Amino acid sequence: MNQIIIADSLYLVTLVVLSIPLGIYIDKVMTGQRVFLSVVMRPVENMVYRFMGIREEDEMSPKHYALAVILLSSLGLIFVFALQMLQGGLPFNPENLTAPSWDLAFNTAASFVSNTNWQAYSGESSMSYLTQALALGVWNFLSAATGIAVLFALIRGFVRTKETTIGSFWVDLIRISFYVLIPLSLVFSLVLVSQGVVQTIGPYHEIVALETGITQSIPLGPAASQIAIKQLGTNGGGFFGMNSAFPLENPTALTNFLELLAILLIPASLCVAFGKAVGDNKQGWAIYLVMTILFAGALAAVTVSEATGAPLISGMLDSGNMEGKEIIHGVGTSALWGTATTAASNGSVNAMHDSFTPLAGLILMFLMQSGEVVFGGVGSGLYGMLGFVILTVFIAGLMVGRTPEYLGKKVEPFDMKMVCLIVLVPPVFTLLGTAAAVVMPPASDWLTNTGPHGFSEILYAFSSMGNNNGSAFGGFTANTVFTNVLGGLIMLIVRFVPLVAVIFLAGNLANKKLVAKTEGTLSTSNTLFIGLLIAIVLLIGALSFLPALALGPIADYFTAIT
Amino acid sequence: MENNGLKKNILIDAIRQSFVKLSPRVQLKNPVMFVVFVGAIMTTALYFLSFAQIIDEGAGYTLAIALILWFTVLFANFAEAIAEGHGRAQADSLRRARKDVTAHKLKSPNDLAVYSEVPASRLVKGDIVYVKSGEQIPMDGDVIEGAASVDESAITGESAPVIRESGGDRSAVTGGTTLLSDWLVIRVTAAAGESFLDKMIAMVEGASRKKTPNEVALQILLVALTIIFLVVSATLLPFSYFASKQAGIGNGISVTNVIALLVCLAPTTIGALLSSIGIAGMSRLNQANVLAMSGRAIEAAGDVDVLLLDKTGTITLGNRQASVFIPITGVSEKELADAAQLSSLADETAEGRSIVVLAKERFDLRGRDIKALGASFVPFTAKTRMSGIDFQGQQIRKGAASAVKVFVLANGGNYPEECDVLVKKVANDGGTPLVVARNNQILGVIYLKDIVKNGVKERFEDLRKMGIKTIMITGDNPMTAAAIAAEAGVDDFLAEATPEAKLTLIRDYQAKGHLVAMTGDGTNDAPALAQADVAVAMNTGTQAAKEAGNMVDLDSSPTKLIDIVRIGKQLLMTRGALTTFSVANDVAKYFAIIPVLFFSIYPQLMGLNIMGLTSARSAIFSAIIYNALIIVALIPLALKGVKYREMAAGKLLQRNLLIYGLGGLMAPFVAIKLLDMVLTVLGLS
Repeated sequence: MNQIIIADSLYLVTLVVLSIPLGIYIDKVMTGQRVFLSVVMRPVENMVYRFMGIREEDEMSPKHYALAVILLSSLGLIFVFALQMLQGGLPFNPENLTAPSWDLAFNTAASFVSNTNWQAYSGESSMSYLTQALALGVWNFLSAATGIAVLFALIRGFVRTKETTIGSFWVDLIRISFYVLIPLSLVFSLVLVSQGVVQTIGPYHEIVALETGITQSIPLGPAASQIAIKQLGTNGGGFFGMNSAFPLENPTALTNFLELLAILLIPASLCVAFGKAVGDNKQGWAIYLVMTILFAGALAAVTVSEATGAPLISGMLDSGNMEGKEIIHGVGTSALWGTATTAASNGSVNAMHDSFTPLAGLILMFLMQSGEVVFGGVGSGLYGMLGFVILTVFIAGLMVGRTPEYLGKKVEPFDMKMVCLIVLVPPVFTLLGTAAAVVMPPASDWLTNTGPHGFSEILYAFSSMGNNNGSAFGGFTANTVFTNVLGGLIMLIVRFVPLVAVIFLAGNLANKKLVAKTEGTLSTSNTLFIGLLIAIVLLIGALSFLPALALGPIADYFTAIT
Repeated sequence: MENNGLKKNILIDAIRQSFVKLSPRVQLKNPVMFVVFVGAIMTTALYFLSFAQIIDEGAGYTLAIALILWFTVLFANFAEAIAEGHGRAQADSLRRARKDVTAHKLKSPNDLAVYSEVPASRLVKGDIVYVKSGEQIPMDGDVIEGAASVDESAITGESAPVIRESGGDRSAVTGGTTLLSDWLVIRVTAAAGESFLDKMIAMVEGASRKKTPNEVALQILLVALTIIFLVVSATLLPFSYFASKQAGIGNGISVTNVIALLVCLAPTTIGALLSSIGIAGMSRLNQANVLAMSGRAIEAAGDVDVLLLDKTGTITLGNRQASVFIPITGVSEKELADAAQLSSLADETAEGRSIVVLAKERFDLRGRDIKALGASFVPFTAKTRMSGIDFQGQQIRKGAASAVKVFVLANGGNYPEECDVLVKKVANDGGTPLVVARNNQILGVIYLKDIVKNGVKERFEDLRKMGIKTIMITGDNPMTAAAIAAEAGVDDFLAEATPEAKLTLIRDYQAKGHLVAMTGDGTNDAPALAQADVAVAMNTGTQAAKEAGNMVDLDSSPTKLIDIVRIGKQLLMTRGALTTFSVANDVAKYFAIIPVLFFSIYPQLMGLNIMGLTSARSAIFSAIIYNALIIVALIPLALKGVKYREMAAGKLLQRNLLIYGLGGLMAPFVAIKLLDMVLTVLGLS
């Protein structure tokens, strides 16, 4: 246990230390200041602008910004879908993989465009190298960049007064890709390769096992480049079906630590960048602290639950609950990974979540159900959390006898409508999706378990898709026409409805005047507010999911202890 | 006794209104309560369906749930009706004041003899009417000729008559008030149906009440929460059926229980009380004798962070008092006091009297009869700007330094430099200097002091704690103003204030993001009033001022602004507090309902039943009965508003969170447990 605490503490300290310079850097990039990469990247950036026929200083109204996002994502959806369907006849396909079913291709396209990266397929047996690199890999970058771009549109909404534009989506997208995502991924994938992660376009490797003499096929591919961005961009879609539990994706303790770090690195840095960008570091740190407290609490609960196991598996108590975990990762890092991947909307796994104890499974599910705001997806996590901040400001602000305001902007009916869309859409569709699945006649055939754990498997799957996480509990047969189509639609809705709402919120905020700060202004960075924000996040999540959780992990837990 | 009768009437009327408001059209206006309304209809329908052997739950149980839901709806209606009741009663009494009188419409304002008799309701803007003593003024207007005393008690409740005269700042008259003496010629400034009295009736009655922006925003949040809970409850039907199939035992939950759960979870407490809070806030403003022209204004009052306050009457007492005699070198203080007293003997102004009083206090100089002395009084005129007496060949004068200087020089005397120094010193100390001269000799200066009202300093200190800045507006010179500002503890002051300077000041603050409130009465205040975020026009003021403001203070009290801010803040706080309470309640309701709801499927869940409730039915009953009763229990709070204290935002939040957040968490645990015990004892579980 001590070892786990030391490892977890080391993780959190490293995360915070790295997030500060990166956050400052991201703010500089997104506000157009000079950074050390400008020498190299500025000419490239200008060339791309010229090629795309856009002018850097042409800013967009919220409507245009939203249209640009939708346009890019729609094209992406079509492109990713088409490339999968055509992969059989395209090059870089040494294993001669054919097109997946249309519903699976749709699900995968929706999943990667929406930064969910839910996988109803196994990479090694479904996707050619071309599809992996050109469709899925590219969208790992673009979906992440879109999230961060929209976050900065919202930040401009807070910063600007009486303006009608919120920046240019194309410029935001290019800057975040060229200055942040691509350089970071490049460095990270080289480190991964040095540790033994594969990067090849050659065919799978045939080997004869020493002991049994059976011939095995070892899947290979251009994995390292993909894994770097999969972790950094909170995508989480593994190159191989087993994701980071697979040795060629995550071979050593070092890669495990670095991949873990990469999950939360950018979402955490964005808190710092937010504080810088709005000109009040305390605001960024307050949100950072809220996320960290929620994360640490969840981590502690998951770790303790996994380390002590359940009475039914007594006898294994010394090792904790090792079912479904890799020996090299053990209980500690598996719990840490599970918490980080569900807190951030990453979704990569290094252990089987289905095999976690009921309470740990409950926490993982709840981290997703609370709207992916505990760090959350890159950009989307923070803008989701800002939705909760405005909600908290609204209720608390009224109690001090003033029209609620955040960062000097009054919260008015239109803002409230957008905030409600941001906060409301994911839980509603998670619940509706789960309900639709359970009324399907073959629902119980899709499950590995019966009883409350069976219900947990469905609830987890739709919580994952309904909050753009993409992590799989396992035990649920996802590749069916029903789940592929419904899940694909849900992923698109819960990504783009809140995202467009954020853009319009940004536009409305940018148009407002600034309210002066006085003694009567509610502080949004003190301990009281931090506590209140934590309470509101937990409360909204609990109110939405407690009944469903009671039928799943909670009943599971009580069944296990009685 | 009469008050009790009134209260009883309001109560009876409110009960009647509770049923009238059951109309779906009224219910639709409040989405949260509409959900309860639909739930009540559905459970009632389920009860009747049970006769056709379509069984959801036991018929008796369903009927009981339906009845409780109907009561919940009625309680919410009652809360709104009782809040409206006070306004309706006030509107009735105002209506009685408005008789359709016959007006004497003049052909021309110059000829009072030629008129036609026209009903007041037929008058249009611009008509000229003649009103005599004893008649009611037919319509709002401006006095263009004459002066008269008017009884405005019908509107202000103040029985002392007021003077209305042509020209100046007292020219506005209000329809429905009565002339007590003399006559007036009035130019009508409002058409029938748009008069001040009409607006007033509409406002107090709530007829023209539109939802304010903040209320709309809160409504959106409540609807969003309701949608979530609708989905949460509705999906429990398939979830529980699936779970029971998986577990192989038990049943899915019934529609009746789903509806009961939904009603428990939906923010019905705040949903039911939301409009009452708004109406009650408006009523409180009316009771303070302030008429808001829109609901927005009262909300803006809560946001105001800069108050422009007139010095006279708000910060200082209206009258200045003599406090020190300062002789110049070579003159004794007593000699100065003696001259000052002589000059003031016949001076009936408050300042003059205070000089006589001071002279008596300091040197026991008794008042003398001016006639017995054979002196003649020289009154103050705007031209001489001096007053005094001529007495035994002596001319004694007191007045503004510049005027007295002219007087002395004209008499061949000289004006010592020392006097200028004294005058400046008095002004610097916040006083008004009066120079006293005898013939051609300056005797000294009387220090007239502005008396800062008791308690204003503390009041401003409280306002500062809340982040509200106070700015004193005065016609005094900057030095005098600075001294008084320091004594009164205001944050800033505007000296030698002109209407333009006021307007600029307001604009400057607004540009910095502040919300500014001010009071005004004169026509020259109108631009500043129109610019201010909260502009309170005095009822004694001109028509232009009243139109430029967004509130009218019927008492015309300069301190009213502070009360208005308090009422605005209290309104917002009450909304926030009840929302917090309502949402916090849900946690306890979950703990009451969830374990028992799935009891038949997973008996193990009783481990969550930390409240030890008897059965599923008693738990659900207790929760929805609590849900209905809490509405009634909180009506007084919604009407009175939460307790308001002047403190910093952080402290205020902490306090309210403790009471309404923590209270909201705890209250239902206790109440539901008690209700469950009662139901168990009664054998209803």
